Amino acid sequence: MPIHEKNLIRPENIVSHESLEIDGIDVSGHWSTFITSRVVTDYNEELEEEISALPGGEHIHRCWQCGSCTNACTVNALNPDFNPRFWIYLVRVGMESELLRDKDIIWQCVSCNKCTAACPRDVNPEGVMKSLSHWLELKGHTPKSPSMHFDEAFAKQVFETGRIEEGRIIRDFFGRTGQPLLQDWLVEMVRRLVWRLPTKLMMRMGLSAIMRPRTRNWGKAQAAITEYAAEREVHHREALGLDRDRQAAE
Amino acid sequence: MDGADDKYRDVAYYPGCALEGTGHAYDRSTRAVGKELGLRLHEVDNWNCCGAMEVKNIDPHLQTYLSSRVMSIAANEMGHKTVMAPCNGCYHNLKKAEYDLANDKQSAAVTERLSAKAGHETYAPGQIETIHALDWIKGTIGEDGIRERVKNSLSGLKIANYYGCMYTRPRHIFPEKDKGAGSESTSNPHFMDDILAAADAEIVDYPLKTACCGGAHTLSDSDTSTRLVLNLLDAAEASGADVIATECPTCHSGLEMHQVRAEKVLGKKTTVKILYFTQLLGLAMGVKPRKLGIHENISDSLPLLKQRGLA
Repeated sequence: MPIHEKNLIRPENIVSHESLEIDGIDVSGHWSTFITSRVVTDYNEELEEEISALPGGEHIHRCWQCGSCTNACTVNALNPDFNPRFWIYLVRVGMESELLRDKDIIWQCVSCNKCTAACPRDVNPEGVMKSLSHWLELKGHTPKSPSMHFDEAFAKQVFETGRIEEGRIIRDFFGRTGQPLLQDWLVEMVRRLVWRLPTKLMMRMGLSAIMRPRTRNWGKAQAAITEYAAEREVHHREALGLDRDRQAAE
Repeated sequence: MDGADDKYRDVAYYPGCALEGTGHAYDRSTRAVGKELGLRLHEVDNWNCCGAMEVKNIDPHLQTYLSSRVMSIAANEMGHKTVMAPCNGCYHNLKKAEYDLANDKQSAAVTERLSAKAGHETYAPGQIETIHALDWIKGTIGEDGIRERVKNSLSGLKIANYYGCMYTRPRHIFPEKDKGAGSESTSNPHFMDDILAAADAEIVDYPLKTACCGGAHTLSDSDTSTRLVLNLLDAAEASGADVIATECPTCHSGLEMHQVRAEKVLGKKTTVKILYFTQLLGLAMGVKPRKLGIHENISDSLPLLKQRGLA
């Protein structure tokens, strides 16, 4: 498989003129294709530092741009615009506005870890994708992605009870993302399953939906986890300078 | 791994959340196979969720802590040297916690702090060995033991073995793999192939055995998951497989759910059946389908199994 490259020429900057004459020579159509010159000046010099401060992004500085991550990437095979190598490059040079052009797809990383397995420099590109998604949301560039909603619904249950009950997470997730629970394919799936199931199993499933599975004496662990998670959240916001203005005003 | 080694005959068992929910058939068939083989499973007392893939995205150190608590109980409170996790997610997370606690000071510090506050002993790396259900079967009865116990040969059943992502990646958290003859391979895993081949199944060449099913986004990005699963199903059918054997509840339910979704949403119907490897192994050893939870699968394999004289 070839290394998928991504150039820095924006499609809207490639201009052709239907009729153009230069020095008496007709260069209409494709002959007149020009690339509008562009000088990038809006660097965010702190971008790499900000990404490094969020979980997963710690080792982004190790990247030497070999492209093994993008070459191995599961999502890239479905969508060539999904390009971890390119995003790591943009972060390292501080080209924030260029990165933002892909802001709506970065969260689609499926965490298959093919990139991490392929990376010769232990950059942990999978972690960088999570760090980037987190950064986009904290900075307000994107709304919370469906993936983040799912992670939060899941983590909330684990933190509260030590265990999860899948039905409850699905209901919570659909609630957070405003989706109906009765989707065609889910209904079809349950329909195919239910007619084969014995009543005993159905009762057990129903029971676990009412009586939440939980780890006993979880209270102290819950308190410790909640306290730690809150500390980290403050740390992330500080690292991104999010509350600087507000703090200055106080 | 030495098949004659008895160290895995009596192990701590960490089923995890999925095996109490959508993966219940995997729990049933794992326990049924263990019982049939005389292997003892001691469920980890008062276990908690390992954090799956989601808690890591909130904070990786929290996932390490959650996984370490499970290992701490199995080692310190139950005195076990081995913990067996059939779920790829649990198995992966325990292995990752083992690696991080030995190699990442910050991770170790967070785990120590949270363990102290939660009131249990901090897990120290090296206290326990985490193994997968595949290691468990390979390391106890092994292929020879399976051959001796086969009552219903799987002969003629064409199987594509699907291992998914978490069983082999990233390789640095699996130091025992890629150690040459007898060890598991991270690039071309074969333990499930070995086990089912010993039960006489015909193993087809399946190039996507470690491709991704999109399990992390089963619901949050269903279209991507459906496309990835459809690749897996199409490739299995192109390889001539009747069945895809799985060893992970997330992969298994992902394949089943998105097989239905591909049919409903994309109009792409595939007929390959999806079964846990423990269900196939149990059938080969003469365990009744109901005891293996085969009726709990969404993918209805009973007609195929009956036709082949396996159910």
